Amino acid sequence: MNGRRVLTIYGKELRDMLRDRRTLVSMIVIPTLLMPLIVGLVVFVSVKVIRQARAESPVVMVAGGADSPVARAALLAHGKIRAVPATEDWRARIANKAVRAVVEFPAGFDAALERGEPATVKIFHYEGELRSGFAVSEIQRFFSDYRERTVTARLAGRGLPATFVKPFAVQVENVAPPEKVGGNVIGGIIPYLFLLLCFTGAMYPAMDLTAGEKERGTMETILCSPVSRLELVLGKFLMVLTASLGTVLCSLVSMVGTVSLGGPLLVAMVGANRGAGAAAALPTLDPLGLVAVLVLVLPMAVFFSAVLLAISLVAKSFKEAQSYLSPLVIVIILPAVAGVLPGVELNGRLALVPILNVSLASKELVSGVWHWPHLALIFGSTSLYAALALAWAVRMFNREDVIFRT
Amino acid sequence: MIEARQLTKTFRDRKRGEIRAVEGVSFRVEPGQIYGLLGANGAGKTTTLRLLATLLQPTRGGATVAGFDVVTQPAEVRARVGFLAASTALYARLTARETLAYFGRLNGMAEADIAARTRSLADDLGMHDFLDRRCDKFSTGMKQKTSIARTLIHDPPVMIFDEPTLGLDVMAARTIVQFVRECRARGKTVIYSTHIMSEVEKLCDVIGIIHDGRLLAEGSLASLRASYRENDLEEIFVQAVGGLAAPAGGNVNPP
Repeated sequence: MNGRRVLTIYGKELRDMLRDRRTLVSMIVIPTLLMPLIVGLVVFVSVKVIRQARAESPVVMVAGGADSPVARAALLAHGKIRAVPATEDWRARIANKAVRAVVEFPAGFDAALERGEPATVKIFHYEGELRSGFAVSEIQRFFSDYRERTVTARLAGRGLPATFVKPFAVQVENVAPPEKVGGNVIGGIIPYLFLLLCFTGAMYPAMDLTAGEKERGTMETILCSPVSRLELVLGKFLMVLTASLGTVLCSLVSMVGTVSLGGPLLVAMVGANRGAGAAAALPTLDPLGLVAVLVLVLPMAVFFSAVLLAISLVAKSFKEAQSYLSPLVIVIILPAVAGVLPGVELNGRLALVPILNVSLASKELVSGVWHWPHLALIFGSTSLYAALALAWAVRMFNREDVIFRT
Repeated sequence: MIEARQLTKTFRDRKRGEIRAVEGVSFRVEPGQIYGLLGANGAGKTTTLRLLATLLQPTRGGATVAGFDVVTQPAEVRARVGFLAASTALYARLTARETLAYFGRLNGMAEADIAARTRSLADDLGMHDFLDRRCDKFSTGMKQKTSIARTLIHDPPVMIFDEPTLGLDVMAARTIVQFVRECRARGKTVIYSTHIMSEVEKLCDVIGIIHDGRLLAEGSLASLRASYRENDLEEIFVQAVGGLAAPAGGNVNPP
């Protein structure tokens, strides 16, 4: 094998691809725009929806309570809901979202409280509907305050302290660092996007450099030069790998940009008050963890590049190659999605499953968890798969029935 | 020089089973000679030439090209061969100059040599106007010239042409024919496959008629005419492949 020839082929393929608008779009434009678009859209929309829903006082119908003016007046005075008189068709009104919830006082509610007898207030809502949920929590908040006031008054009436019914308090505190929290929320999505981009970035050049060349008739031209098949595979493989890693790099740069510039930009866009809340929703990731993710993605990119080259070489035309490779995207998405699912945790066996292992480890890494034996196992096994895939690609290039299948 | 010895190539096809594309083909081409491989589509011309250019490996038999064995020294063979076929296209996104430089480098040439060779080829072929334009913007004639220059960049002693005029108009085909003659004049060993009788008549010193993977007749145009007692090459071809008349001796392989 002649290293200079491999580099000559690589250099030519690189120049060739950089002159191709389609490569530039798939390698640079899409990954660069994808990250800010996804993160921005998710953050912006969710913040906006939540804030808007919170800002609007939910319309709540109050039924009954004619004989309980005290409780009823207290509820109507509660500023966080907009109370309206009850109508007969209240169920339909909840369903068509004209009313978010209905509160029903039982008969003689005030009197029952006075006598210390049990009484039940009913809340009707629409399960799963976000704003209906807000209304219910608001009503519940009011009634738990009201109950507390009642209890305090009763205790005071009997000369007992407040601790009589609340002998101790429970306080919940978070010890996970902020990046751990970010890692769990968004950390699953980022390595998944890296894997997907690493694959899609390699897909187009792999097809173009094999089936595309067959179709255009340039494959035979290069085969009759003194280049050996091994040199040819390696040159082409390096190009596909470059495209794959270039795609990941572009998306990484764009993601770091999104996270570091996104916060201030959001503040500037939606005003300091809301912007700060929105910026808090942006992921905080361990930068060292991100570097480690890239290290794991490296053998993964080698693996993808070699497999894609070998498969698309079988195809006679670019179109045929597309029909072989497109279903593979699903194969990539499945383990990557499994990695994002809550509860799926990395262990020794899963560390050997290609794609899934990198996806799971990335989720841990960006949230600051370093489990060295697993990482070594993943890097080792992925490198092994990558080497096997590359050997397979070389074998395919040496098969006459594959390379001359036209 | 090219020497094929009982070249045989068998392909395996899932539907049709074993296909003998080339069977026991032997011939010899000397420097300064054009050998014409004449045959219908599917006769085995392309497979034979691909075997000589080491793109395919023979199932049996062998060949020597420019003194190197096609099986054991394929890279040496390819370094001494210029291969031009209707199916060898140019890289659309490279300029003509970049194409020549690329193949020069792959042939191990120094940059200075590549530049000098590119200049002289551009002079010979009249390529200066489009040397720095991308191949996808070329006319058929420009593409032909660039392809010719590509095969010649490393000045190979052996030239293999596989139906190079396929799909070309008269003028572009003439450029190729002229170029093949020049190769002979420069003492190169040339093998030329075609199914066009007139090209063979005009160009070839020795003609081999190939059919169903076998070389059925071989000789100069004059000797073929004499052995088949027929002036028209097309008639000779039909007789040779159809076995209508037994050849009357001379340089003819048994059917």
